Amino acid sequence: MIISSPKDRRTLSQRLDPYDSVFIVGCGSCATVCKVGGEEEVFATQEWLEQEGKDVSGNMILDEACHIMRASRELRRFRSQVDEADVILVLSCGAGAQSISDSYDKPVLTGVDPLFLGNVRRFGQYEEKCSLCGECLLNQTGGICPVTTCAKGLLNGPCGGMVDGHCEVDEERDCAWVKIYQRLTLQQRDIFSQVVEPKDWSRKFKPGSHDLKKDRDGRGRT
Amino acid sequence: MSRLQDKLADGCFVVTTEIAPPKGVDVHSVVETAGRLKGVDAINVTDNQGACMRMSPLAVAGILVAEGYDPVLQITCRDRNRMALQSDILGAAAVGVENLLLLTGDHPGFGDHRAARSVFDLDSVQLLKGVENLQKGTDMGGNRLTSAPRFFVGAAAAPAAEPRDPVMRKVKKKIACGASFFQTQAVFQRDQIESFMTEIKAEKIPVIMGVLLLKGPRMANYLNTNVPGVRVPDSLIQRLDQADDCLAEGLGIAREMVSWAREWCQGVHLMTFGNEDLIGDILAA
Repeated sequence: MIISSPKDRRTLSQRLDPYDSVFIVGCGSCATVCKVGGEEEVFATQEWLEQEGKDVSGNMILDEACHIMRASRELRRFRSQVDEADVILVLSCGAGAQSISDSYDKPVLTGVDPLFLGNVRRFGQYEEKCSLCGECLLNQTGGICPVTTCAKGLLNGPCGGMVDGHCEVDEERDCAWVKIYQRLTLQQRDIFSQVVEPKDWSRKFKPGSHDLKKDRDGRGRT
Repeated sequence: MSRLQDKLADGCFVVTTEIAPPKGVDVHSVVETAGRLKGVDAINVTDNQGACMRMSPLAVAGILVAEGYDPVLQITCRDRNRMALQSDILGAAAVGVENLLLLTGDHPGFGDHRAARSVFDLDSVQLLKGVENLQKGTDMGGNRLTSAPRFFVGAAAAPAAEPRDPVMRKVKKKIACGASFFQTQAVFQRDQIESFMTEIKAEKIPVIMGVLLLKGPRMANYLNTNVPGVRVPDSLIQRLDQADDCLAEGLGIAREMVSWAREWCQGVHLMTFGNEDLIGDILAA
């Protein structure tokens, strides 16, 4: 899921300064699980805004803010409250915020900073393991992604900064390439005898779009 | 052939050191420092060393060529994608640079532009292979070059790094991708260079051992916390701590290390951090 963290309230407050009335939108998916845009956070934000002297015209929580059509439809049910507001404050990832900003002419602000596509270790602890790079290498790397879990995204082994199996950037963190090496060795597999070619970043075309009726290169499926 | 390559081919023990480009546009200090380097065969020019922004090493290397020196242009993968790297490398050949040292590069988190986006489009192995292909007249996109560069290409090795096996496997990949010499990170323990050289012996590739002049216990501790891949052992920090004259002790330590390099390696790379004047003393047997 998409892991986000709340924006600093002081800077958010500056962004909201020109507006008197705010409608708050939360999201019942990732933003609820990582506690940035669920019911609790929407209410807390409403309370904070009221303390700041804002008028909160209403709030609602979308099932999935990233679903463009559905978000727009669900939000329409709150039309009068949204119309009353000068600004819509969205507490979801940037994808969710853009579902809303695309369906309204009103200014849309986001109250969170999206961080990464994350795995859940346990409640409240998230880890990035996949960076959606467009061409998965896990089959060669023992199921450990070097693009994401090596701080430099190296593809051919540990860098010179590795010390005792730890990363140069964070001593607490294991070197991704040492982990890959150990796991592959355990499984009697190997990647070090070959040179891993530079990544084909054309597979990570920006902005990404994908249509199930078409293949990766945009041709219709037969 | 570069002079460095020639000397190594002749079996001479080579001495290299490094100059960091200025943080500004005045290159007088570079030329002046180069002039004070005695007994040095080639001068490495560092590439935004420690992830701190400085003048382009390509410009500095070009100036050193014009002044009659034999620079080793260091190139890291941190700041440029494959297009920029290849284009700088062609440019390096055009200004007469003959030696390259191809590196991964320290993470921007260590430097003075921590908000910078790191690139690492290639890693050091892929860059070596890219340069090998440029020398064969083809770029990484598979296009023919109108004329191909010639370089003496080096790579880095970390003899002290543990676990050893993945590190050595990467070293061997570098050789397979065209590395013609190695420069090691600073070595502080004799057994480390011994076992590294024993393992790499069959490859018959010249190794230039990194020797770092320790000026005192504070510097040693600073290196341990701030410089990736450098680990000064406690025993050396203790020696510096107990010495009446830290620099003299550091000089003594550096000399010992040079003696290991003479015994095991084909050259030594001296990192003196502003004490270039001591190079003669460090090299004195």
